[in-house]
This record gives sequence, C-alpha cells and structure tokens, in this order.
Amino acid sequence: MGTGLNPSYFVALSAALFVIGIYGALSKKNAIAVLISIELMLTAVNINLVAFNKFLTPETFIGQIFAIFVITVAAAEVGLGLAIVIAIYRLRGSVDLDDFDLMKW
Amino acid sequence: MENIYSLIAFVLLSGVVLGSALLVVTLKNLVHSVLWLIVTFIGTAGVFLMLEADFVAAVQVLVYAGAVCIMVVFGVMLVQRNEMGNSNPFNYRFRIAAPVVGVLFIIIGLLTAKAQWVTSGAGVPKKTVQALAPILLGDFMIPFEVAAILLTVALTGALVLVKEVRAHGDRS
Repeated sequence: MGTGLNPSYFVALSAALFVIGIYGALSKKNAIAVLISIELMLTAVNINLVAFNKFLTPETFIGQIFAIFVITVAAAEVGLGLAIVIAIYRLRGSVDLDDFDLMKW
Repeated sequence: MENIYSLIAFVLLSGVVLGSALLVVTLKNLVHSVLWLIVTFIGTAGVFLMLEADFVAAVQVLVYAGAVCIMVVFGVMLVQRNEMGNSNPFNYRFRIAAPVVGVLFIIIGLLTAKAQWVTSGAGVPKKTVQALAPILLGDFMIPFEVAAILLTVALTGALVLVKEVRAHGDRS
C-alpha cells in the first residue's frame, strides 16, 4: 500500500459522516436541511466507494465510476427535491416537514 | 516517514470533514449550514485526493461544492422569507435520533474493527482520466447514457413541478 493507511480508517470516517447525516435527516424540521443531510450521507458513500476502489481494485476503477454515477444522481435528486420543496412551499406556505401531511389519511 | 505524514493529513482532513458536517447539522441558521456544507465537500475532495482519485475530487469540487450548494442556497432564498436566524430548528425526534445513530456508529465501528481487509498491493494508475474514459464510454456506456437521460428528465420534471403549482396558485 502506498499510503500506509488501511481501509478501516476510511470506513470509519465514512461511517461517522453517514451517522451525522442520518442524525440530521431524522432530527431536522426544515425540508432543505433534510436534503443537505442526505447529501452528507451520499458523500459518505462516495468516500467508501473510492476507498474500496483504491484498496481492492485499483486498476479497474469500478469504485470511481460508481462514485461519479452517485454524484450525478445526487445532483438530479437535489434539483428535484428543491423543486418539490418550492412547490409545497407555494401550496402550503411552510417548509416544516411536520406540516407535510397531504398523503396522510 | 511517508506513513506518518499521510496519517497526519488524514487526521486533519477527517477533522475538517467531520467538524464541518457537525456544524451543518447543528447550526441554527440554514445559510450558515449550507456554507459549512461547502467546507465538508471540499474536505471530502481532499480525502479523494489522498485516495488518488483526482478526477472524482475535481468532480466533487465542481458539482457538489459549486453547483449543488449554490442550488441549495437559491432554494433557501426562495423558500425562507422570514427570520433567517432560527431557520434550521430541531424537531421532537432529536432525542431519539441521537441514541439510534450512536448505536449504528458503534455497530459499524465494531464490524470495521473485526473485518479482515484483503487489499491488493497494486497502486492506482497515475493517469486517472485516461483510465476512466474508456471504461465510462465502453463498458459503462448504457449507464452513462441513462445518467444523461436521468438528468434531463429530472431537470424537466423540476421545471414542470414548480411551474404547474404556480399556475394553480394564481387561479385560486
């Protein structure tokens, strides 16, 4: 290994980032804050993918390809999520997720 | 000697990433949260550089720290009209969320500590882009095109969503 770090360092970093993202997604009222927390979780996944790419299959680049696809889908997700948030804000005048009970019956 | 330097770099970078991520989820002002999110993404790009993934680091800075964060800031500006000072509050679930994520982190940590890592000794090739491009346009051609279609459909859908609701709101 070139750097002398083993994969568990990066898995631990990514686990900590993922856990922070879950905490934000569970405990925030603002819908945009929940979107940001989902971005944190996706970033943690990307760290894992690139770390496994480096330590397991460095010459096939599969992990980096998957990280690029994750980034693409995350960009699309943020665009659509913000559009939905803006649409609901115009309908309801609120971005508090506890007010969003349109699909509750 | 190289090991201790990379370890120091890793500790500093993960400190930046985790500290700014904690600030993202704890700050009261949503705009400050988004600004710290940019710091998190740039720190993550540093981690990618440590992992010898230059192209992914560049994409991370351009797409996440640039485009996504600016888009989120625009979303905040369009949505949050009153009292920005307390625009990012916790809901009643934060007491349940803290133990849940603590237990999850402990589980992942234990599994990571017990894992037997089988690493291939080979290094990542130096020319990342030249190695990525044939894979992306060869083996992964269909997912690449699907990603392009997905982006187009997502942006069109976002436009349609926002526009339709505004027309509806004008009528009522």
